[in-house]
Amino acid sequence: MTSALKIIIAREYLERVKRKSFIISTILMPILMLGMMVAPTLIAIMSGPEERVIAVIDDSGVIAPTLQNEGEITFRQFGGDMASAKANEDYDAILVIGRDVVSQPKGNVSLYTRGAPSIQTEDYIESQLDRTIENLRIKQYDIANLSQILEEVKVDVALDTFRIDKEEESATSSILSYILGTVTMFILYMFILLYGQMVMTSIIEEKNNRVLELVVSSVKPNDLMMGKIMGIGLVAITQIMIWAVLLIACSIWVMPGLISAASATEGNEGMASALAQLGDTGFMINLLVYLVLFLIGGYLFYSSIYAAIGSAVDNIQDASQLQSIAIVPIILALIISMTVVNDPNSSLAVWTSMIPFTSPMVMMARLPFGIPAWQPLVSIVILAISFFGLIWIAAKIYRVGIFMYGKKPTYMELVRWIKYK
Amino acid sequence: MDNILEVKHVSKAFTNHVALDDVSLSVPRGKVYGLLGPNGAGKTTLIRIINHITAPDSGEVWFNGHQLTGADVANIGYLPEERGLYKKMKVGDQAIFFARLKGLSKNDATRALKEWFERLEISSWWNKKVEELSKGMAQKIQFIVTVLHRPELLIFDEPFSGFDPINANVLKREILKLRDEGATVIFSTHNMASVEELCDNITLINKSHNILTGGVADLRRQFSGNTFELGFNGDFDTFATAMDGKVTGLTDMGPDRDGIEHVQFSLISPDDTRTVLATANSAIEIRSFNPVLPSMDEIFIRTVNASNQQTSTPPAL
Repeated sequence: MTSALKIIIAREYLERVKRKSFIISTILMPILMLGMMVAPTLIAIMSGPEERVIAVIDDSGVIAPTLQNEGEITFRQFGGDMASAKANEDYDAILVIGRDVVSQPKGNVSLYTRGAPSIQTEDYIESQLDRTIENLRIKQYDIANLSQILEEVKVDVALDTFRIDKEEESATSSILSYILGTVTMFILYMFILLYGQMVMTSIIEEKNNRVLELVVSSVKPNDLMMGKIMGIGLVAITQIMIWAVLLIACSIWVMPGLISAASATEGNEGMASALAQLGDTGFMINLLVYLVLFLIGGYLFYSSIYAAIGSAVDNIQDASQLQSIAIVPIILALIISMTVVNDPNSSLAVWTSMIPFTSPMVMMARLPFGIPAWQPLVSIVILAISFFGLIWIAAKIYRVGIFMYGKKPTYMELVRWIKYK
Repeated sequence: MDNILEVKHVSKAFTNHVALDDVSLSVPRGKVYGLLGPNGAGKTTLIRIINHITAPDSGEVWFNGHQLTGADVANIGYLPEERGLYKKMKVGDQAIFFARLKGLSKNDATRALKEWFERLEISSWWNKKVEELSKGMAQKIQFIVTVLHRPELLIFDEPFSGFDPINANVLKREILKLRDEGATVIFSTHNMASVEELCDNITLINKSHNILTGGVADLRRQFSGNTFELGFNGDFDTFATAMDGKVTGLTDMGPDRDGIEHVQFSLISPDDTRTVLATANSAIEIRSFNPVLPSMDEIFIRTVNASNQQTSTPPAL
């Protein structure tokens, strides 16, 4: 490594890490991610059925007494007819139950509402009616000790899954693999896109305010490009290391408590085994090592594409079209990865986890499911080799592109630049 | 003569145009060398080749008696025409960064920079961010980082653009001082007045060709074309009648503030000076007689126009 390269890397790294925005985003990002995971649950809880009073006009006479108020929904038996119920503003909805509802439920139950009813409300009413009518029908058979029999036949099965193609049979949880695959794949997606684009915008900025002209008078364009890619890459690694430390600290202090709590809860064996796997250090370290390797590989691969694009244009607007060279395969990898977590050993999954454009993300999505050890290794080697090929091409484009101002180059021109002496 | 830099038959073509076509020049050590030419003539490409930023398609560049290599860049300081600095970085940190890229250690760079900052009276800028500086202030920083590592060859591309006259003079003084201390300066500009003032030799490039090379003083004499200016006491018509047929291009410049009449004319033959002066002397009272040297502006325009006319006639196939 030349000393100029070291100086460039140091500048790129320090200028970014010292910035307030880096510190803030490093702290905020985990909070945001946590928020994104918790938010759907929270929203579901918050947006449950809103407070509704439902007037029940029950011609059968057997349903209304069994309806149970729950949460925000209150049922009230109503003696009058439809017209007077409509006139009464106290009721948000009117449930009309026909006389033959038990024998002929279809067409015998109607709900009249003010405003659109929520799906939860409808579901809730339907399930109440289902249960009540079922119970009434069962009672018609007049079997002794029926409720006791029903209680005894109830069952809830939790599968213990074991891998038999591995040396030691270990309990795995496909739910956990699914979650881990998805999460690590998203981390890769985020980092490649975020830091790859950072390389691009930073090159455009240098070109735009003409610092480049001054820098290349003392540094080879190659060193400048490599320095930028490596400097920004180190920033990415720093950020992920900070998060890893947080995560490990979290798993040491929080995880054992969670596991024992989960095992204590009855009927939660699936959850417990998932958490146990999360506590399996060998498995986690293996996963983390590959995550870092694919992160570095994927970042280097895509940032060289981004560097070439950045050098070829004058401003972000012009970059948007050329950017599709990078963004299309990244999005493609994201889509494939989402299907891969459902079927990690399909031939699509295996092939796309070897092709360098998609391999980092797809391989990361497959890894937690336990795939043959040679596959990620081969994938890494392919990625590394294609990176060296790509960076060579990118450097050729960069060397010419940084001095080209004005017209946005076409793809053909980019190819021609590669051939320049 | 000892030449620090020799460019030999250098050609460079891009996709749609030829930037340099068989350009040669020699830059003598310890002088200020002007690299002139209209916009788009190929000057910047030539400078980039000298800086080892781009490679020529053919031809060679020799530096200090050997073929130019990447390592020679440490002995060259280049201030490009289009230049900027990292906006968010502090002035001092940034200057140190550039100095270290040129191979100075951090301590040496800091010491040398503090010295320069004091000399140019800008020490108070050290901890400012570049975005707080004006354009002229930023230019000063760029100048300092270009010369800081004491290179043997300095290349300045339009160094005075963006400077007020006072700071431009400060810069001129520093450039000449560096030359006196032994540095060679290549100076690319469109400001011909500063060429006359600073340059010892020039090369004029037009449409990727070297169309004129020489010493500034020699060239101005060569281009004077036997034109003289005469000041006298007397009447222009009397003078014109007396000189009829003896000179060409006689022009009345009018009287100056002291009432002395001035005329310009060209001799028909360079050997005519004595006879012409004798004739003039008998007609009027001569007060002054001087050769008229063309400005570099004129030489530039005349040479470029002549070369354009040549190339604009369709070449015979």
